[in-house]
Amino acid sequence: MYEGAVQDLIDELGRLPGVGPKSAQRIAFHLLAADATDVRRLVDALTEVKARVRFCEVCGNVAESERCRICADPRRSDEVVCVVEEPKDVVAIERTREFRGKYHVLGGAINPIENVGPDDLRVKELMSRLADGVVQEVILATDPNVEGEATATYLARLIGPMGVTVSRLASGLPVGGDLEYADEVTLGRAFEGRRVVGR
Amino acid sequence: MYVSHLSLLDFRSYASVDVELEPGPNAFVGRNGQGKTNLVEAIGYVATLGSHRVASDGPLVRAGAERAIVRTRIVRGDRASTVELEITPGRANRARVNRGQPGRPRDVLGILRTVLFAPEDLALVKGDPDGRRRLLDQLVVQLLPRAAGLLGDYERVVKQRSALLKSLRGLRASGRTPDLSTLEVWDAKAAQLGAEVLAMRLQLVQALRPHVAAAYEQVSDADGAAELGYRSSLEAFSADGAASDAAGGLLPDDVAVAPPSAAVLEQALVVAMAAARPQEVERGVSLVGPHRDDLVLTLGGLPAKGYASHGESWSFALALRLASFRLLGGGGVGTGEGTPETFWDPDLGTDADPVLVLDDVFAELDVRRRERLAELVAPARQVLVTAAVPDDVPAGLMAARFDVTTGEVARAV
Repeated sequence: MYEGAVQDLIDELGRLPGVGPKSAQRIAFHLLAADATDVRRLVDALTEVKARVRFCEVCGNVAESERCRICADPRRSDEVVCVVEEPKDVVAIERTREFRGKYHVLGGAINPIENVGPDDLRVKELMSRLADGVVQEVILATDPNVEGEATATYLARLIGPMGVTVSRLASGLPVGGDLEYADEVTLGRAFEGRRVVGR
Repeated sequence: MYVSHLSLLDFRSYASVDVELEPGPNAFVGRNGQGKTNLVEAIGYVATLGSHRVASDGPLVRAGAERAIVRTRIVRGDRASTVELEITPGRANRARVNRGQPGRPRDVLGILRTVLFAPEDLALVKGDPDGRRRLLDQLVVQLLPRAAGLLGDYERVVKQRSALLKSLRGLRASGRTPDLSTLEVWDAKAAQLGAEVLAMRLQLVQALRPHVAAAYEQVSDADGAAELGYRSSLEAFSADGAASDAAGGLLPDDVAVAPPSAAVLEQALVVAMAAARPQEVERGVSLVGPHRDDLVLTLGGLPAKGYASHGESWSFALALRLASFRLLGGGGVGTGEGTPETFWDPDLGTDADPVLVLDDVFAELDVRRRERLAELVAPARQVLVTAAVPDDVPAGLMAARFDVTTGEVARAV
């Protein structure tokens, strides 16, 4: 245990995701040794992010005004909505440049162990977005784990009766990799979802 | 297959040890607490990525050391592979096959197969259902490594569903009407994955039955026929026996008849879950599915648990392990014939005998069972036996003897 402020800082850092006690200690002493202006910049960034960043009224993504950059972009289609768990998933899909529609960020997945139900996610907002009939297709891009699959099933059951096409991202082999390195589950899924390429 | 070389670094009581093993019987003899079991535990770890004694990796690392390394050389047919595992508690373990790049431990599953006999096996007969479920599930994974993911997912779904049921119970207790729409989603997942687990277990039991009956007859004096059955939580909640109507019950009497398919079982699970729902919400527990099932052991028509004598229970436990050994391809018996399609293994024919590990078992058995067991296992490709005193080990298994004293293993001449 260190004294006063140093220990406080270590404790606070240790509460961050992915930071263990050892890393927290390392970061704390790095900050202690760092230039005062560098630390100032970090403090400003932290204050700014809490003060300025809010969540887009439409999709729930991080934004600096009422609407996020993606929802405000007139070049993007309103007919396709891609549903993801977290803002970082939006960034991941954006990197592909494959998708020209809009997003809906749920803010997590259904997880009864963590006491997260549909009411804790932005499900109602999604339903009201679909109400006016503009959206033709909803792509469910939740994580391919137990909780993400359950969330996708839940949403599919809810949206299906509204006459909107619901699709789910495919599971399969990573591109550019070697077949031999794929694990059995992924390879098994890839077999299930194989496509006919000739006859 | 057999293990030709075992070397340990900071594993349990061993700072460093190298042992050259022989095909056929190998006996490790030494007083209690000298580290005999640690040797076979390490070999078991390479086969299953888990210890048969502890659930976490922590105790496997020698006190004061940061990580343990287990290196084995495994010979199968005319091919030898080296498997090296680095066990670092609290971090991801690493595995290396044939001195290649370090990779995920899961990649080594299937290279070495073992069947372990231990004093705790008596609990398979006398103990709670979860031990018997674990026996089935571990066998399924050995036969079909892909099933590990399925079992993990199913367990996770049941945990989530049970958490939801608990919170629904809480809502009801406070006088509100709970919304059941998310429960339906978990029901669907539990039914789908549960049906796959159940289908695999039923196929496994069906394949094990003849082996268990034969093995029991061989280890005991055939005092009554040993039979396997499967009691499913499904049956308790199917109103008019709808589940058991499907293709002549979950487990058809005739071992040649295949049990119901996963699709049929999924339907049955959906129906049973609907019937169980009022009770489930009331108690806040998931009541239907393979996690509530049991492997039923009967002896001459009576349940072994409660009716079998101590000696009979031991015979049954040994028969279960011997049957597993044969199903995995051991003794040239299970060379594919009678093995269900699901567990089809293209490699089964080539030197498939799993390594048999008998950890402190002989001390538990009377002379007659001891000798019978020794006769049955001696022809196996490799048998590893541990015992506190040499007299416990039948002569036929003493071909290669090792003396184990605090952290040292010496070949006795």
